[in-house]
Amino acid sequence: MFGITLCAFFLIKALPGDPVLSLVGERAHPEIIESIKKEMGVDKGFIRQYAGYLNLLAQGNFGTSYYTNRDVLRDIIGKFPNTLALAFAAMLIAVPAGVTLGFIAAYRKDGLIDKCVNAVSLAGLSIPVFWSAIMVMLLLSLKLKLFPPSGTGDIRFLVLPAFVLSVPAAATLARITRTTVADILKMPYINTAKAKGLSSLNISAVHVLKNAIIPIVTIIGLDFGSYLNGAVVTETIFGWDGLGRFTMEGIIKRDYPVILGCIITGTAVFVLVNLITDIAYHYLDPRIRLHAKKS
Amino acid sequence: MPKKVKSSELRVRSSKIDLKLFFPLSILIFLFAVSLMTSFLPLYDPNKIDLDSIKRPPGIDHPFGTDSKGRDMFARVVYGAKTSIGVAVVAAFVSAFIGFFVGIVSGYFGGRLDTVLMSITDFILSFPSLLLAIAISVILPPGIYTVMIAISVVSWTSFARLIRGHVLTVRDMPFVDAARAVGCGDLRILLLHIAPLCVPLGLVMMGIKMGGFVLTEATLSFLGLGAQPPAPTWGSMISANRAYILTEPWMVIFPGLAIFITAFCFNMAGESLKDRQEVMGNRL
Repeated sequence: MFGITLCAFFLIKALPGDPVLSLVGERAHPEIIESIKKEMGVDKGFIRQYAGYLNLLAQGNFGTSYYTNRDVLRDIIGKFPNTLALAFAAMLIAVPAGVTLGFIAAYRKDGLIDKCVNAVSLAGLSIPVFWSAIMVMLLLSLKLKLFPPSGTGDIRFLVLPAFVLSVPAAATLARITRTTVADILKMPYINTAKAKGLSSLNISAVHVLKNAIIPIVTIIGLDFGSYLNGAVVTETIFGWDGLGRFTMEGIIKRDYPVILGCIITGTAVFVLVNLITDIAYHYLDPRIRLHAKKS
Repeated sequence: MPKKVKSSELRVRSSKIDLKLFFPLSILIFLFAVSLMTSFLPLYDPNKIDLDSIKRPPGIDHPFGTDSKGRDMFARVVYGAKTSIGVAVVAAFVSAFIGFFVGIVSGYFGGRLDTVLMSITDFILSFPSLLLAIAISVILPPGIYTVMIAISVVSWTSFARLIRGHVLTVRDMPFVDAARAVGCGDLRILLLHIAPLCVPLGLVMMGIKMGGFVLTEATLSFLGLGAQPPAPTWGSMISANRAYILTEPWMVIFPGLAIFITAFCFNMAGESLKDRQEVMGNRL
């Protein structure tokens, strides 16, 4: 029951979104209408254009690109696995790094290590992704020739963009983990566990991690959005053939069907991941399960 | 209720925090002041094309080198500060203002208005923020005002959420009842009794968000959606000079460092503001 209401809630939230977005998207047409009118025959009114786009969407069609005349949906489906691979690779780096750093900082709260972790994570949050991407590329692939600078392909192509993408995510994760774990360590049940004579490994694995997992999972879910954000820039720079680069190409060429399609897909994925995160709570935290049953 | 903190503890913590707040703040103020006074400083014209001195490495004449059109990178980076910091500050004020207004109205009146306003907020929050900002900047003609609008539209929501939550706790406090008993109208209670209590929270949130605004501005102008060339912005400098990275890396390194330092200072200042707020008993 809980899951279904949640589903409905998210669907309602997601549904009006896409039309509204395409609505404002279509409004840009008057400016470039002269050129497009001849090409596309779009001289209908603004409402009718919008209705037409909605109609297309309802048929599961994103239209065709102004430039390549290819089906946008097919292109998106073709490129999506690449972006997904990139996001997962970034997650594979960010989650262990962020959680470990956060744990260490929390256990050494206000100590030197904590301050270092804090400074590093602040720096990670402040680095512009496009700049770190170029710098990493310059250092590791152009100077040291460890990785190929750009392109799509096997795992060697994946390492650099995934690393660049994971930095801000790991930084957020480390900060949240640190505050959460530091709060948990102050709880009476940690003292109880210590008094019982449990080993510190046991305490951190069972008592601390289990209670810290909800905020951590939330951030991992939200970070997925930041991967989508970052992918636009990272994929463009590293020439990774995914949705982000496709979006960027669409923007440069003002290819409205492509831009709209990509943004709608990105948002849908983001909402879906949030939904999965919320469902995951249900399994991870018995308190939420009980609460849902009551209400 | 604010947590009681021993005065000695408070003093120790605040003296520590001060440095963390005022160090980045002074750097930022210095940067912004310099960028505002550019016309009085002995700088090159940031847009003057000098084909005799293209791609000069950093040296005495050109501390940050010159770019592929012979423009002085140092002058361009300094001029870029005006755009970057200015856009972030304006966007922060605009989004804080919108969010503040929506938050207090929504929290105070509750009911259907609250439901409507909060669904709009949730709706915007359900987008990946940069994608939404990109979408807005694509629709509007590119320029710094578009960037300000894009950032504000995306980010007022977190202010609205925060302020609404705070109003909900303040609304039922005895002094509000007292004000009403004395005969104050809704508007007076909102503006004179509730709003002042939310201002510090809004300011702290602004501090936290500012670093992100600088990065968003830089990203949008890197993507060519911000101020248009030849206007010097950090993001567009990096994207324009990307091709020369192997042979003339300074063209990319310096604007990037400028973005990094600005964002870092804002983030650090924001964090210390947040710590302060927590000492006063309000968790963000």
